[in-house]
Amino acid sequence: MTTTRVTPEEIVSSFQTRFPQGITQPRVERHNGGTLKTEFVHVWFRIETGLLKEAVKHLFAFEPYPHFAVTSGYDLGDTIELVYHFSLFYGERGREISLNMTVTLPKDNPVIDTITDLIPGALISEQEKQEMLGVQIRGIPKDARVFVADDIPEGVFPWRRDETGPDKLVRNLHEGDP
Amino acid sequence: MTTISRTTYQIPIGPIHPALKEPVNFTFEIDGEKIINVDIRLGHVHRSIEWAGTKRNFIQVLYLAERICGICSYCHPMSLALAVERTAHIDVPERAEYLRVVHSELERIASHILWVGVAAHEIGFDSVLFLTWQVREMVLDLIEYLTGNRITKGITMIGGVRRDLTAEMVPRILETLQQLKKQVQRLHRVMLDDSTIQMRCRNCGVLTKEDALKLCAVGPTARASGVRKDVRLDQPYFAFGDLDFEYTTPDVLTGEVHGDVYDRIIVRLLEIQQSIDLIEQSLDRLPAGDIVAESKLPALLASLKKVTGEGIGRMEAPRGEVFHYVRLTAAESPYCWKVRAPTYNNILPWIPMLLGQQIADIPIIAASIDPCMSCTNRVTLVEDNQPSLVDRETLHQLSLEKTRRLRL
Repeated sequence: MTTTRVTPEEIVSSFQTRFPQGITQPRVERHNGGTLKTEFVHVWFRIETGLLKEAVKHLFAFEPYPHFAVTSGYDLGDTIELVYHFSLFYGERGREISLNMTVTLPKDNPVIDTITDLIPGALISEQEKQEMLGVQIRGIPKDARVFVADDIPEGVFPWRRDETGPDKLVRNLHEGDP
Repeated sequence: MTTISRTTYQIPIGPIHPALKEPVNFTFEIDGEKIINVDIRLGHVHRSIEWAGTKRNFIQVLYLAERICGICSYCHPMSLALAVERTAHIDVPERAEYLRVVHSELERIASHILWVGVAAHEIGFDSVLFLTWQVREMVLDLIEYLTGNRITKGITMIGGVRRDLTAEMVPRILETLQQLKKQVQRLHRVMLDDSTIQMRCRNCGVLTKEDALKLCAVGPTARASGVRKDVRLDQPYFAFGDLDFEYTTPDVLTGEVHGDVYDRIIVRLLEIQQSIDLIEQSLDRLPAGDIVAESKLPALLASLKKVTGEGIGRMEAPRGEVFHYVRLTAAESPYCWKVRAPTYNNILPWIPMLLGQQIADIPIIAASIDPCMSCTNRVTLVEDNQPSLVDRETLHQLSLEKTRRLRL
């Protein structure tokens, strides 16, 4: 484990060294707040889908317990993108770095490995991606619906923007108001 | 002769159950009185708000976000605003950043006081519940004085806040804070000097620090297990980087961390005091200047329609980190809006807290993470400047009438 203060650029560089061809579009955003303009950092990059699990393992080189916030996801037509949001170096004032990794999955085979064996707290987020986006999480320890109601038919994924999306189930209540 | 091999039985609790204040479904596997397994099912009040947000413009989404939760009606729209501001590179005026701190901490005080009352109720101490309701009214009155509303405050705007705080308002705020300090000291005595509460809550519903870290717990639930995690300090958004405060873990008061229900009570009571102090510091240092980056809403919407990119907004809500992600594609509405409320991360930590405990412990352990599935149950109508209160029964009758009109 690294104990000295690591800069966001060093984190990006470490991932690029570990995955020479797998990291693209790295971006370091610096934000600040207040009259003292206290700075904090958000790091973004894209990673090849097959490397995600190894990338999550690599986070442990910086932080014994990388904090997993959630996975965001959206349908881009031919592909589905998932953004994994983590925090490193929390617990020391102003030092935390938000790290966001994006993966692209083909719509015809949207499969990705679970990360729950590394971070058990990711379970609900992975279940949510399965039921909302129709992504298959390989190795997920609990394969049940968590948010979507039982009366939503199988094969309907509320965050999809194609024929498997929720449009046919949408009912505009105001249209029935006399 | 037949033999019975099964020695355990199941108890379903929720989604509607007197022991729960929020709709969630537990299925407990019980051996005698002891919980040996638990399964949790959510989603009973899922309203597809993220989906609805992608059909509205950015100002409309703010008001939608405000209705995700009646208690966190400030931190949700504000986290969305932070995400949009970072994506669109909008600089928020310094005065607005201080005002954002004031509203944020008022929300925390109201939420934590409410929680203390609910926790007391769950262990049969209803006189404290009514005391907390009385104290919370002082905070809600102050919120109404500053924003015009008690619950859905309508104070958030992308690039700042919607209402300024004038010099004439400061004495009333300070006076309320002074009264609050006395009442909070009283709550400290009632909750922490009472040996019965200590006997009931100490070593009950323990979440170890390791489990809190592995299961990604947030907010007072994580801090009560000794995890130093608070977005206000970790990534000082708004003006929190200017203010003097520290991580609140139970050892600050007792010198030790148990990670139990009692420690969660300690953390929240200490955080109420901390929030009062943060508001006083903010009022002391409140800089002059604008309260919003762009006051003309059509101009703001027009500029947001040209933005492409993605960003995150994170805040320390009363229950823990609230997280919003947006993806903008030079369109009227966000292409993607992901909302992650703190309870989402505090669901899995419930499991180690509940395992090995007694059936009678379920209500207080369930309440101890301050779960929030949804809220709100009354409406104030204002017509011709004459306010009138619609009570629950009238609201119920109105919804029945509307359902009949819709022929559902």
